[in-house]
Amino acid sequence: MIRRRVVITGIGVLAPGGVGTKNFWSLLSEGRTATRTLTHFDPTPYRSRIAAEVDFDPQEHGLRAQEIRRMDRAAQFAVVAGREAAADSGLEWSGVDPHRIGVTIGSAVGATTSLEDEYRVVSDDGSAHLVDHTYATPHLYDYLVPSSFATEVAWAIGAEGPSTVVSTGCTSGIDAVGHAVELIREGAADVMITGATEAPISPITVACFDAIKATSVHNDDPEHASRPYDSTRNGFVLGEGAAGFVLEEYESAKRRGATIYAEIVGYATRSNAYHMTGLRADGAEMAEAITAALDEGRLNPADLDYVNAHGSGTKQNDRHETAAFKRSLGDHAYAVPVSSIKSMVGHSLGAIGSIEIAASALAIKNNVVPPTANLHHQDPELDLDYVPLTARDWRTDRVLTVGSGFGGFQSAMVLSRPERSAA
Amino acid sequence: MTAVAVTGIGAIAPNGKGTDAYWKSTVEGLSGIVPVSRFDASGYPAKLAGEVPFDAAAHLPSRLIPATDHMTRLSLAAAEWALQDAGVDPAELPDFGAGVITASSAGGFEFGQRELENLWNKGPKYVSAYQSYAWFYAVNSGQISIRHGMRGPSGVVVSDQAGGLDAIAQTRRQIRKGTQLIISGGVDGSLCPWGWVAQMTDTRMSTSDDPERAYLPFDPAAGGHVAGEGGALLVMEELEAARRRGARIYGEVAGYGATMDPRPGSSREPGLRRAIVTALDDAGVNPDEVDVVFADAAAVPELDRIEADAIDAVFGPGKVAVTAPKTMTGRLAAGAASLDVAAALLAIRDGVIPPTVHVSRAPEYSIDLVTGAAREAQVRTALVLARGHGGFNSAVVVRAAR
Repeated sequence: MIRRRVVITGIGVLAPGGVGTKNFWSLLSEGRTATRTLTHFDPTPYRSRIAAEVDFDPQEHGLRAQEIRRMDRAAQFAVVAGREAAADSGLEWSGVDPHRIGVTIGSAVGATTSLEDEYRVVSDDGSAHLVDHTYATPHLYDYLVPSSFATEVAWAIGAEGPSTVVSTGCTSGIDAVGHAVELIREGAADVMITGATEAPISPITVACFDAIKATSVHNDDPEHASRPYDSTRNGFVLGEGAAGFVLEEYESAKRRGATIYAEIVGYATRSNAYHMTGLRADGAEMAEAITAALDEGRLNPADLDYVNAHGSGTKQNDRHETAAFKRSLGDHAYAVPVSSIKSMVGHSLGAIGSIEIAASALAIKNNVVPPTANLHHQDPELDLDYVPLTARDWRTDRVLTVGSGFGGFQSAMVLSRPERSAA
Repeated sequence: MTAVAVTGIGAIAPNGKGTDAYWKSTVEGLSGIVPVSRFDASGYPAKLAGEVPFDAAAHLPSRLIPATDHMTRLSLAAAEWALQDAGVDPAELPDFGAGVITASSAGGFEFGQRELENLWNKGPKYVSAYQSYAWFYAVNSGQISIRHGMRGPSGVVVSDQAGGLDAIAQTRRQIRKGTQLIISGGVDGSLCPWGWVAQMTDTRMSTSDDPERAYLPFDPAAGGHVAGEGGALLVMEELEAARRRGARIYGEVAGYGATMDPRPGSSREPGLRRAIVTALDDAGVNPDEVDVVFADAAAVPELDRIEADAIDAVFGPGKVAVTAPKTMTGRLAAGAASLDVAAALLAIRDGVIPPTVHVSRAPEYSIDLVTGAAREAQVRTALVLARGHGGFNSAVVVRAAR
């Protein structure tokens, strides 16, 4: 059986530092950072007071009053990014059978911000355990169960094919796209709207990462607080955002003359079965995911031109993934540029995997590798080429992007310039 | 295409903890729907639930108790029972040979309410170190994989009640790609005041206080459903490999289809019929080969109408037995559909269709609803339906292994 090939034909990004794919790529290629002192609420009582926030006005992006009332911020992000991707694809949507269009959206924490806002109302700021149902918004069920994100995107695009939300913590953004690829390959859909979204910057999220000291406390230097691979790093910077994609079967995309960003040639996920937040130092499970993704794409480690790393900015992660790259890529780990865009756009939990897929596809399109910002003093235990500070002009045909998250999930995806894919 | 089998079942339901207890009650028509006891629900419009009281300390290591929500504890028990039932220890499988793919709806909501209370009453420093993962949607897959050393492909899907079937389909996909064994399905529930109030806003919950009159799908008195907790986890394996190791085979997951309803206000047809047709095609099964349909059974008249119409359109009016054992458990969020798959497999095993309890079929429906007592029947092939809030429709075909 000939395997159906799956390509990215549309991208929409809504990331800290600027809404829209163009603004996103400017930020990355110029090595600017979008982290700052948290403004969504007063961060004074918190340990970490930094965030990578999106300046977002839903009305400016065409959402109507009732949509804004009904949707959590993360759902709004998903719809706006999905629409940008849909328009970018140039697909004549009215000519596509809605039954053949599916939706998979990643999110780690769903509508947590709206849930917390609504909780404060029905509990009267936490005072009532038996919360008052008469104060509940009629849209609360859509916040309770975040499959509403897939529903909203399906309604926005007019999709009636297989649809779901994928929620595997911080690998959700890779796993949702991987799931979409599988649905096209097996023939359940011809076009997928996919991607991931997150809007987690709320008191409960900041407090729970404070409690485990996972987030950065460079509160006096918020613009330079996300420092993957740097000796002075002390945690990740919480971010928000979304990326949306249109995926199509390659032959039909080619027939209609679509602009093809990249082919998704390999995807795999593994679990560390070790600890809900801890990582084994040897990186064995991420390495296994990388090897499986390369195998699926029929590629060797030496075929990779760029590794878009998880690079969250915790010491544990930096060492874990560096070990995983060496274990899976061998000597090529030392030759291939590796960088973390979380240094610039923070860590938006379930969304970042998709935002990083967008960065990977744009690296292929532009033949530019985005840098790791804020990397002035490389951790001496880390010895790969982490592309410090400035973007690099670099022939980029094939990219590996990886994610690692709570629950032990480790995911890897390989993108290729389609004419350079192994057939 | 590689055939995928179910070789282990771990059911944990309001009318029975453990697969044998659940199935015995279900065949006998014994309901587990009771007045809410977990918290004082007397001030809320909805007052009944399908609860699963559970002595976690008797089933789980003590270190897991402070770090887990009630529904995660139930899922850990169900996973252990499913593996025991399958006669497998994942630690003895090759590295990366076993995974966990679950459906979730609201995560560990009771745990989340407690931590929100801590935050807003006492301040940020009082939020538990476990909050970062005890409530989120991926918690059950993560905890089960850790407890049993399962390092293969894992996943989590959220499509409201349809998710229980979507997880099983994703599992079949991963087994076909080469994973040896996967624990799949859903165990779920949010029975705390905050979860209760949130669930009520979908306006489909019954306000009856009579356990026998509260959840009546396809009945003239249909007035919404009762919410519950629990579900089932299944051990799934490649059929031939399972046979080689001498496993008992409950049946095969033979077909799957999933659709979305059109936008509200659209005149286009709802997606459920198409999900059924897709699942039957995928299984290579003709409608007349299906012996029973496990209905989604919303108990909301317009949704019951859509489901009855879809079943009639595919099978012909009254041509196939239809049942809803969830009338004995309530709707278990992401846990409901995999529990129905478990019931379908047990129906195949025992040649009996469990009843839809307390329901008298309204005359406007022509479906052959199995009401009153269980019906003895040879069951070779069963169709399970599940729908989720927001337009999700999923269908799974299970059949006796050939």
